[in-house]
Amino acid sequence: MNLTLLWSTFNLGLLYGLLVLGVFITFRILNYADLTVDGSLPLGAAITAILIYTGTNPFLATLAALPLGALAGLMTGILHARFSITPLLSGILTMIGLYSINLRIMGRPNVPLLKHGTIFDALTGLGISLRASQTVIALAVIILVIVGLYLFLSTELGQALRGTGDNEVMLRSLGVNTNRMKILGLAISNSLVALSGALIAQYQGFADINMGIGMIVIGLASVIIGEVVLGVKSIPGRLCAVVVGSILYRLAIALVLRIRFIEYTDLKLFTALLVTIALISPKISKRFKQAHKLAVAEEGQKDGLSEKVGG
Amino acid sequence: MLHISNLYKIFNYGEVNEKIALQNINLRLAAGEFVTVIGGNGAGKSTLLNCIAGVYIPDQGTIHLDGREITRLPDYQRAASICRIFQDPMTGTAASMTVEENLALALRRGMKRRLVRAITEKERKLFRDKLARLELGLEYRLTTPVKLLSGGQRQALALLMATLVRPKLALLDEHTASLDPKTALRVLELTRTLFEKENITTLMITHNMEQALRMGTRLIMLHEGKIILDVNDGEREGLTVAKLIELFHAASGEKLQNDRLLLA
Ligand SMILES: Nc1ncnc2c1ncn2[C@@H]1O[C@H](COP(=O)(O)OP(=O)(O)OP(=O)(O)O)[C@@H](O)[C@H]1O
Ligand SMILES: [Mg+2]
Repeated sequence: MNLTLLWSTFNLGLLYGLLVLGVFITFRILNYADLTVDGSLPLGAAITAILIYTGTNPFLATLAALPLGALAGLMTGILHARFSITPLLSGILTMIGLYSINLRIMGRPNVPLLKHGTIFDALTGLGISLRASQTVIALAVIILVIVGLYLFLSTELGQALRGTGDNEVMLRSLGVNTNRMKILGLAISNSLVALSGALIAQYQGFADINMGIGMIVIGLASVIIGEVVLGVKSIPGRLCAVVVGSILYRLAIALVLRIRFIEYTDLKLFTALLVTIALISPKISKRFKQAHKLAVAEEGQKDGLSEKVGG
Repeated sequence: MLHISNLYKIFNYGEVNEKIALQNINLRLAAGEFVTVIGGNGAGKSTLLNCIAGVYIPDQGTIHLDGREITRLPDYQRAASICRIFQDPMTGTAASMTVEENLALALRRGMKRRLVRAITEKERKLFRDKLARLELGLEYRLTTPVKLLSGGQRQALALLMATLVRPKLALLDEHTASLDPKTALRVLELTRTLFEKENITTLMITHNMEQALRMGTRLIMLHEGKIILDVNDGEREGLTVAKLIELFHAASGEKLQNDRLLLA
């Protein structure tokens, strides 16, 4: 793999890192598998693309993704919290609805941006390359978001959000309106996902109605890869780890694509396999450890050493 | 203090598996009263506590706390005045969060959660002092995730969390039942120092009749959703487990079959 490819893989990993941070908030902090992301990522891309296309400042166009993403999360949250629809179904409903909305926003299935200036051109005037400009901007956004999330999660409100995902019964008994917390978490998560979509559209030079398919699985894959590879426990550590997970995931994809008989369209299958393995491997390793313990216990009994080994 | 009148709770109303869990419950608690609640499986004890806490909304009747009607108030809006301890130590604490994070959540029971730092240095000192009094060494483990603590330690922490902000009413649902005998005794002692000695109005469900007789100032027995026995302190003296069982027979007209209730 040459250096340029490695570099752009890194950049793309950072931009998808925002999606992954969003998924981390719902999946890990709120303990909620939120499928809205498949719709809110293209939502962010759509609004930003059409605004840039019609001449809005790219910076403002990017910011516009945030409230729209939050609105999408709010929708899912209300479906779940107010009307007791299951988390999965609430997310699917919003996601499907967003498909039509995204088409309406763009007015066509694909909006090209190649002839337009994007947020990534902001620094090229300073004499650095587009690729370097992308890295600087993506890093700046990611760092800003990680610091912001860390600070938020250490406030009273943030702690109540964490508690809601951990033990809803207890949080209610402590006077926290957990429904409101879930809605808040979903709104924050999806605004980050939409921001991710806004930046990715500008990076690749177009917004496409189908660019959201499978985003939840990519998000989960990155979260799990980051956690397994870095294995950190603290909140700031975990926030950084999942972004690293996003970069590693992109790297894995780039490597897989170099295998001769693999087509670009096989990637979704590859991702699904990756997540499946990641999800079942803790169980398998647990069973393996148990078997190991038993074997050790039997050894011990033979030697007359062991008394009892709990499984 | 607490005034329950004519309370009914029916599950699955109008269906084949309809269940009248509470019927015509009338109960008045004076401030500072510590009441033990006994009764067989399915008698309605937990349902009663859940109605008071607002987890279930009763089908009929009213609940007043300190003169204010709370019958239909959602649970999280009652939390400022009511604290709860559950049978399962897992329910009373947030496992993935640290000891101090759990305490900080409890320190703001019933308050609005703001966008300010969750734990201040001053509060950390308060937590250390309070934890030291539990004599479990938890004051040195403020940043330990609660999931690494034992069941007994978690339950002790839950008791402390419940009293961090003085509640008007405490609801304890078999909070020693899932602990080993020795730990259960420690937690029971803590219950005395943190609730009984502090004169916090308390309803404590237990399956241990000895315990029900020894603790608190008053005992009530539930059977099939009704209060069939209500003895206050004066009458409790001289009452034994055997006599309690006799009283149960007389009141319910049934033989007591429940082994769990008999376990002393
Ligand atoms: N959510 C529910 N839906 C339907 N029925 C319920 C529900 N909760 C309780 N019940 C029924 O109401 C009755 C009273 O239950 P409750 O849990 O209050 O009993 P309990 O006295 O706490 O018993 P235990 O000693 O076993 O905890 C039982 O018959 C139970 O099956
Ligand atoms: Mg019960």
